[in-house]
Amino acid sequence: MTRPLLELICPAGSLPALKAAVDHGADGIYLGLKDNTNARNFSGLNFDTKTLAEGIRYAHAKGAKVLMALNTYPQPATLARWHAAIDTAAASGIDAAILADPGLMAYAVRHHPQLRLHLSVQGSATSYEAIEFYRERFGIQRAVLPRVLSLAQVENVITHTDVEIELFGFGGLCVMVEGRCLLSSYACGDSPNTFGACSPGHAVRWQQTPEGMETRLNGVLIDRYADHEKAGYPTLCKGRFAVGGETYYALEEPTSLNSLELLPDMARLGVAAIKIEGRQRSPAYVAQVTQVWRAAIDAVKRDAGRFKPHPAWMSALDKVSEGSMHTLGAYYRPWK
Amino acid sequence: MTPSTLLRALPRPPAPDALPPLLAAMVGRLPSRPPSMAFAAAANALAWPALRELDWSIARDRRFHVRVRDLGLSLYFGVRADGFYAVAGGRADVTFTASAADFARLALRLEDPDTLFFNRRLLIEGDTDLGLAVKNLLDGVELEVAAATLPAGLGRVLLRLRRLALETGAA
Repeated sequence: MTRPLLELICPAGSLPALKAAVDHGADGIYLGLKDNTNARNFSGLNFDTKTLAEGIRYAHAKGAKVLMALNTYPQPATLARWHAAIDTAAASGIDAAILADPGLMAYAVRHHPQLRLHLSVQGSATSYEAIEFYRERFGIQRAVLPRVLSLAQVENVITHTDVEIELFGFGGLCVMVEGRCLLSSYACGDSPNTFGACSPGHAVRWQQTPEGMETRLNGVLIDRYADHEKAGYPTLCKGRFAVGGETYYALEEPTSLNSLELLPDMARLGVAAIKIEGRQRSPAYVAQVTQVWRAAIDAVKRDAGRFKPHPAWMSALDKVSEGSMHTLGAYYRPWK
Repeated sequence: MTPSTLLRALPRPPAPDALPPLLAAMVGRLPSRPPSMAFAAAANALAWPALRELDWSIARDRRFHVRVRDLGLSLYFGVRADGFYAVAGGRADVTFTASAADFARLALRLEDPDTLFFNRRLLIEGDTDLGLAVKNLLDGVELEVAAATLPAGLGRVLLRLRRLALETGAA
């Protein structure tokens, strides 16, 4: 069996988004169920058994895979919900489940040994030793790397494991301690790891005031935008705070990862798949971003040596980016 | 009018305040009830067949306010199992503010609401969760299915308009 190279994995929060991804050339689509078993738990988003079945049918008919994110950490009182979600995933005919919690992996292996398992970014495994542990114990076949490694470190991981490696290519960045971040608990009393969202809609308030648009999370003022300023997601990590008499992005700037120009390097390293962030976004975004990345990946596969990011691709991606700007994130940095 | 002339007639970004200020100020001073009633009637005639199957229980007894910035137009309405209905202006659970062109882009699925939000072209005030739930509810509607429920010809025109906008980069 040939190893996959640069599969394009796109997000879907709804059936039309899934179809947009498939129609615009995604090799795989990842999605979640309508509850806190996945890390995009927003009102009205995601799939029920009916839309899941229709989505899988549509994707498979066009040769695309469907992956299900079950990447939050179950709590003792509600463990049955996560087990039921894995049962649903296995029965639905999806191509893989994306898990973070070792207990759920153990459940999946015991009850659904045929179910292919991917290690979620929420598992926060950054070394080949950690990834190998998950392979030996639970047979995971792919790992999504947290967005903290440089390309040289990614190469080191790929060299030392047979587990397929999936990298984030594009989309909103988070504060880089995926699966370990409790920051939103400070304002909301919930963390994304268990609740499935760092800015639950019920806690978010936007208000236009004479001083600008204010963003509050459970009453905590996290930013105030002047009329001309671009806005970011209403999460604590992307707020501006007064520190030592200065008000600034004390944790990180609202910006999107865009690693498109590194595609030839990723191809050379043997990166199995590229993940596009954004299950919370609408079908229009999924269509726009999938189209660009499909064209770019095809160009790299044709001739990596002559690959050049097309300016139209970059501006199309910048247009839909948080803060309308992009960064290479940790992928390109000289220090380790 | 062909779809392409219709398309050219759409104001383009970045011109969120395309209407002459005087006209907008005049429209803004009109009472909100008649436009809200006209909107509810039009929405029921055109959009409801495509939306009636959705689970609108989240909208029960909630009041929506759509503020069309460049037209100075405020629409207040509710949604229940039998369709849209106008409500008195002034108080709403959630308010969406954008230009007429951007609302049109959202409706035609040419633009993603988060993109408009990042660029400060869409503002959601009040009950964010309700706004999000409605946005996601509408995102679940398949455009082709919705267009097929429109009165003869109109659906085809809208889909064609959308395709043209995508091809010409007007989105």
